[in-house]
Amino acid sequence: MKTILKVWTLLLISSFVLISCGENDKKKEPEKIKIKTHKKVESKKIDKKNKIIVDLNNKGIGPVTSITFEPTINTSLAAKGEKLYKVKCSACHKPTKKFIGPAPTGVLKRRSPEWVMNMILNPEEMIIKDPIAKQLLIDYNGSPMENQNLTEQEARSILEYFRTLK
Amino acid sequence: MKKTINILVALVIVAGLFSCNNSESTSNNQGALSSSAAEKVYVAPGELDEYYAFISGGFSGQLAVYGLPSGRLFKVIPVFSQDAEKAWGYNEETKPMLNTSHGFIPWDDSHHPDISQTNGELDGRWIFINGNNTPRIAKIDLTTFETTEIIEVPNSAGNHSSSFVTENTEYVVAGTRFSIPIPQRDMPINEYKGNFKGALTFISVDPEEGHMDIKFQIIMPGFNYDLSHPGRGKSHGWFFFTTYNTEEAHTLMEVNSSQNDKDFIAAINWKKIEEYVNNGGGTKMPANYAHNVYDESTHTATSTMKKEVLVVNPSEVPGAVYLLPTPKSPHGCDVDPSGEYIVGNGKLSANLTIHSFTKMLDAIENEKFAGDAYGIPILNFEDVLAGVVEQPGLGPLHTEFDGKGNAYTTFFISSEVVKWKLGTWEVIDRKPTYYSVGHLMIPGGNSRKPFGKYVVAMNKITKDRYLPTGPEVTQSAQLYDITGEKMELLLDFPTIGEPHYAAGIPADIVAKNSKKLYKLEENMHPYAAKNDDETRVERNGKEVHIYMTMIRSHFSPDNIEGVKVGDKVYFHVTNLEQDYDVPHGVSMIGANTSELLIMPGQTETFVWEPKQVGVWPFYCTDFCSALHQEMQGYVRVSPASSNIELKWSLGED
Repeated sequence: MKTILKVWTLLLISSFVLISCGENDKKKEPEKIKIKTHKKVESKKIDKKNKIIVDLNNKGIGPVTSITFEPTINTSLAAKGEKLYKVKCSACHKPTKKFIGPAPTGVLKRRSPEWVMNMILNPEEMIIKDPIAKQLLIDYNGSPMENQNLTEQEARSILEYFRTLK
Repeated sequence: MKKTINILVALVIVAGLFSCNNSESTSNNQGALSSSAAEKVYVAPGELDEYYAFISGGFSGQLAVYGLPSGRLFKVIPVFSQDAEKAWGYNEETKPMLNTSHGFIPWDDSHHPDISQTNGELDGRWIFINGNNTPRIAKIDLTTFETTEIIEVPNSAGNHSSSFVTENTEYVVAGTRFSIPIPQRDMPINEYKGNFKGALTFISVDPEEGHMDIKFQIIMPGFNYDLSHPGRGKSHGWFFFTTYNTEEAHTLMEVNSSQNDKDFIAAINWKKIEEYVNNGGGTKMPANYAHNVYDESTHTATSTMKKEVLVVNPSEVPGAVYLLPTPKSPHGCDVDPSGEYIVGNGKLSANLTIHSFTKMLDAIENEKFAGDAYGIPILNFEDVLAGVVEQPGLGPLHTEFDGKGNAYTTFFISSEVVKWKLGTWEVIDRKPTYYSVGHLMIPGGNSRKPFGKYVVAMNKITKDRYLPTGPEVTQSAQLYDITGEKMELLLDFPTIGEPHYAAGIPADIVAKNSKKLYKLEENMHPYAAKNDDETRVERNGKEVHIYMTMIRSHFSPDNIEGVKVGDKVYFHVTNLEQDYDVPHGVSMIGANTSELLIMPGQTETFVWEPKQVGVWPFYCTDFCSALHQEMQGYVRVSPASSNIELKWSLGED
């Protein structure tokens, strides 16, 4: 019970911090109200903590609505993505093992490519509204996914790199 | 619609004020008036101010950024004084910025900020400010709001008639207040007269990068050069300096330098002198002065000592310098937006004196000279006089303009701002200040295009205007609405240091260029660790270099062993965040320096010399995230004789 409370406190604090730091000024007020409703909905999901969520239909929330992969991996794009990943992501994500955040190996078996893109490009909104992202925030000690301000093309190259991690 | 909401909010607040304070005394207040003042300065939560005001901190040595009309303080930009909060002058990167020919100097007296101009209008690229005490000029970049360059001014002392820019920022000008022996030498003080000289320094500004370089110094007679302003429009190419102590006294100055009925405004045709030096004129003399430049790509400053300066004797450039008699120890030297009128604020004079640029040119052309001082022609007072504002107040100090034909002058002794009309010289309005006002500022008031909506008066004394805080009370500025015929006092607001002088600019010119972060891929700091693979610890004799990264919410590495007592440990810390407004701080127990406050994408360095064996923690000092309290690490310090190898890690591997 104690740990649940702790997790909740963290979640609440981090959501507030995120909201107050975010640039999405106009949406501030309604979002604050929504947090309270989320809180109630979420409380049922906590015991799922150790389950691996698989949902290939959820496209997440953000600028990316549709991704179509070429049948073969674009290796030069993937190489570009790997380079970027090292600079912008590797402080928290090790390719093959859980670190501050989850490992990206096999992520495309668990998530839709659109979800991955939106999580990279729009993490502030995702961790507040998207059910999977919200659960991950809890599973990863309240460490929120950060916005590293990548362009859509940059995120796409990282996605291509993720295709190589099986 | 927005306005209506603002008004409603303001009304609600005013209503709130009344309902909370229902005593009889408040019901006597001028309700209508004060409510309209409140509405004019009220910037609702989440709304933005209309102007930036850059107000110097005087003896604080810094430059503070406020919003107008709210008077809210946004940032104190460290310039000439160390600032532990921002590690300015404490971290290895910025220490060179405070280097001078006298060594490292942790403080100065910052006075007169001036914003760069293009075609006589504010362009909002840079702001310059002078350090009085150890003469220096600083340049602040208005994309980062950081000081990026400081140049020392040789042959100068009490760098006061500074730092004003010409119409296209060709030059930033630095005039000496005190005359001194040039070059400096061991000599009796009472041989001042004729031997001491005053240097007026023209510092060129590179139009692309803004780099400063001393182009020439004019070696003037041994007067005190108090303030200055450039000509503009028709008088572009000229610069005007007020002088006092034309008596050339060196002791009991308050008496001895106030003897002459008139001192001078020195009119300098800098274009003529520029041409003269471009053709090989002037003399190169040995000098020693520091030029400190902060490189935004390496996040590091370098200090270079310069060894030579080009000096010009004005008597050798005919037609370049003239003296305009002006009563009586004039302080401010202010040129109206058209460039025609030059206002001399004779601080011991009953009247304000206004010279005419056209009449000055005419007198020069007709060679109507009253005499000369050390070979510099003196014009006749009557020949150059445009008009006089008769007895407007006591102790005139400084004048600015609203661009609608009006001038506003501060009066120190009678504590007031007086509005008067250019051309007719009639007084239109006067309003008290609280108290003893020095400079005033209208945004763009020193340019061809003033934004004549507000004037900020900067006071020297505040006494009873705020809650008392012991013998030292707050410093303060006051905001007046000048859109109507009569001025209206809107707001008192506290300031840092002495609010000596200011420069203001519409927010929309500057805000759009304000940087949000430093891009990691552009970080060229030689000790940067730009990703996790680059984090490491290296030993070089007794020097240990830690290449560390920080991101919400950990340091990498966060466990370090193999450091020994007697080592000099450099923490080179890179903030890997690439999101707006996510700085991290870092501090180490027992380090004889300040914290670091590192912006996203930036690298900074502090030095720690561990003196005791043990395991010592470091932590993030800027509340960065929900897991901020977890953002910490340890360094194990072993005895000097130990053989423990360097080892570093993050997490368990």
